[in-house]
Amino acid sequence: MKTFFYSLLSASFLSLMITLPVNAAGGHGAVLDKVHMNMADKSSLQNGAKLFINYCLSCHSASYARYNRVAEDLEIPLALLQENLMFTTEKTGDLMTTTMPEQDAKRWFGVAPPDLTLVSRVRKPNWVYTYLRGFYQDESSPSGWNNSLFENVAMPHALYELQGVQKLVGKLTPEELHELDGGHGEAQAGDYHIVGDAKFELVHPGKLSPAEFDVAMTDLTSFLAYLAEPAQLKRQKIGVFVLTFLIILMGLCYLLKKEYWRDVH
Amino acid sequence: MAIHRHDNHVSANAFMEWIDRRLPVTKVWNEHLAEYWAAKNLNFWYFFGSLSLLVLVIQILTGIFLTMHYKPDAALAFASVEYIMRDVPWGWLVRYLHSTGASAFFVVVYLHMFRGVIYGSHREPRELVWLIGCVIFVALMAEAFMGYLLPWGNMSYWGAQVIISLFEVIPFVGPELTEWIRGDFVISDSTLNRFFAFHVILLPLILIVLVFLHLVALHQVGSNNPDGIDIFENVDENGKPLDGVGFHPYYVVKDLVGVCGFLIVYLGVVFFAPDLGGILLEKDNFAPANSLQTPPDIVPLWYFTPYYSILRASTESLLFVFAIGSGLGGIAAMVFTKYDIKIKIAIALVAAAFVFIFLNSSGKAWGVILMGSALVCFFLLPWLDRSPVLSIRYRSMPFKIALAIFLVAFFVLGYLGMNSPTPMRTLVAQICTVIYFAFFALMPWFTSIGETKPVPDRVTYDEH
Repeated sequence: MKTFFYSLLSASFLSLMITLPVNAAGGHGAVLDKVHMNMADKSSLQNGAKLFINYCLSCHSASYARYNRVAEDLEIPLALLQENLMFTTEKTGDLMTTTMPEQDAKRWFGVAPPDLTLVSRVRKPNWVYTYLRGFYQDESSPSGWNNSLFENVAMPHALYELQGVQKLVGKLTPEELHELDGGHGEAQAGDYHIVGDAKFELVHPGKLSPAEFDVAMTDLTSFLAYLAEPAQLKRQKIGVFVLTFLIILMGLCYLLKKEYWRDVH
Repeated sequence: MAIHRHDNHVSANAFMEWIDRRLPVTKVWNEHLAEYWAAKNLNFWYFFGSLSLLVLVIQILTGIFLTMHYKPDAALAFASVEYIMRDVPWGWLVRYLHSTGASAFFVVVYLHMFRGVIYGSHREPRELVWLIGCVIFVALMAEAFMGYLLPWGNMSYWGAQVIISLFEVIPFVGPELTEWIRGDFVISDSTLNRFFAFHVILLPLILIVLVFLHLVALHQVGSNNPDGIDIFENVDENGKPLDGVGFHPYYVVKDLVGVCGFLIVYLGVVFFAPDLGGILLEKDNFAPANSLQTPPDIVPLWYFTPYYSILRASTESLLFVFAIGSGLGGIAAMVFTKYDIKIKIAIALVAAAFVFIFLNSSGKAWGVILMGSALVCFFLLPWLDRSPVLSIRYRSMPFKIALAIFLVAFFVLGYLGMNSPTPMRTLVAQICTVIYFAFFALMPWFTSIGETKPVPDRVTYDEH
């Protein structure tokens, strides 16, 4: 009887498995590069914080996060933070707001720059990483910039002094992408730089080389991932202790159960 | 020393006697724990009842701490949840315990219900235990739905918008009713405030009362067992069932093992994958509610998706299938039954009325009716099931095959409800919807055919 029952259950799960590929085929089409984050690497997160505060925070806010919490989690000395990274406030316990008034921002960009505290949980890190590297020069857009992942985005290229200026050469077909490592990783094709499914040519070099810029964007993406969920730095460590304790407790409970049930025949 | 201990013993007894004269502590303890006889062969399926109770306690305790910091205000709610996640010491843990707990609740309740179905725990004499359980299930859905609005994320907002707008299909009063539920023309601060009141006071109270009644009704008739045998038919000279053991300590210590196993899975999710790839915490809900920006796919959380699929599957073509089904059913009743001619005419008229209704009504209204009927079906189970035996161990093959097909359809509906519809998926959802209702509609037939196995006099128990 049991065997019938288990075959019944496995039939249900098998049916789920069969329907799964339906989803894969019907998924959204954006090609994303995979970001290799290391949330234990404090220097990477610190560099990400520096980039975020210098290049993003002037227009975008991170208004659910506080400066002193970021400093504590990323092991940045408070004095250093106050001197170099706090432009809008003196109090380290303040929220990371922006000075740009929302009404002005709407007038300048057509849309107020969104708050970035949770962007990594809304968009997911791979999207952020691909987006940050996908800006290119486009004379037809109001700001002179466009983005290969987020077409006609209102945001200009805030990081162009680091990346330089790139031009869109064309989009890759799925077959070409497949040849180039499926579009994952930092694929290079001759003199071109591949971001997602877009092929770019660097027309003016920036302060960083393309490889260095990718590392910087990995740091920034990691910081945004941290910012979206600060608890992730410690929850897994605590989880290991909790689960170890529970497994031992379960063993002891099982022995207790056996002891009590010995006299049931 | 010995005398001293003896004195203590006497005074402890005297104390309990004093209490028992005023409050029936010992009586209740014995009747409902120490001498509540449960069959000795209850297997792991029987963990999920006590686990449901455990999750209820977890949700109430974590909920109390969340309300200390949460602000039920459209302007503050989203930020207050982030405040809990960041600035409240251990707030992230309390919030994840609560958000994961909601899904854990449905996991254990679904398994608990399934246990009831396979071992016949819904059958006589436990119909009321089952019915009260079904009401708990519906109350739990309301509790979860209202709780999901509280973070005031964009999916909270649009999910509530979609579900509340379903009431608009109710004839005559629909639009006024939805306005009354929302307290506004759209989902707004007033909706958030009343949902908060329902979520933290009204529904938890209802749930606690219902759970109490569920247990009282259960203890009135006694627990079922995997053999579906009445253990009180074989009792010793004291009236204790030969195959029964006291709930305390035997099932208390056994349930402790189950509790540990449950906590390992539950806390594993809490600590290592609190959003479980967007299944438990949807990514669109990390953006604040925005009445101008609809998420690309509005999908409810997984525990609602089978019913949501049924709602979406209801199109004119599905109604056409139902019309044909009613017509064929009417003809079959005319031809194959031996009722009196008057009854046959009545059946034919009812069937014709159904055919007419199905062909002349809108898909949306029927979607709501079908979704509601999908839940009502569970309430009817004790009377739809005509099998001469209770447990799946001794049931006939047609029942097992029907149950397996139903399970597959239920999982597929749940899966499809999590994804955006395509014409192909809608068709699959429609087939599964037909299977879902056919399972209940045909149950009186397939439970009464086929050969059942002989039921033993005593429970099957292999000693470990």
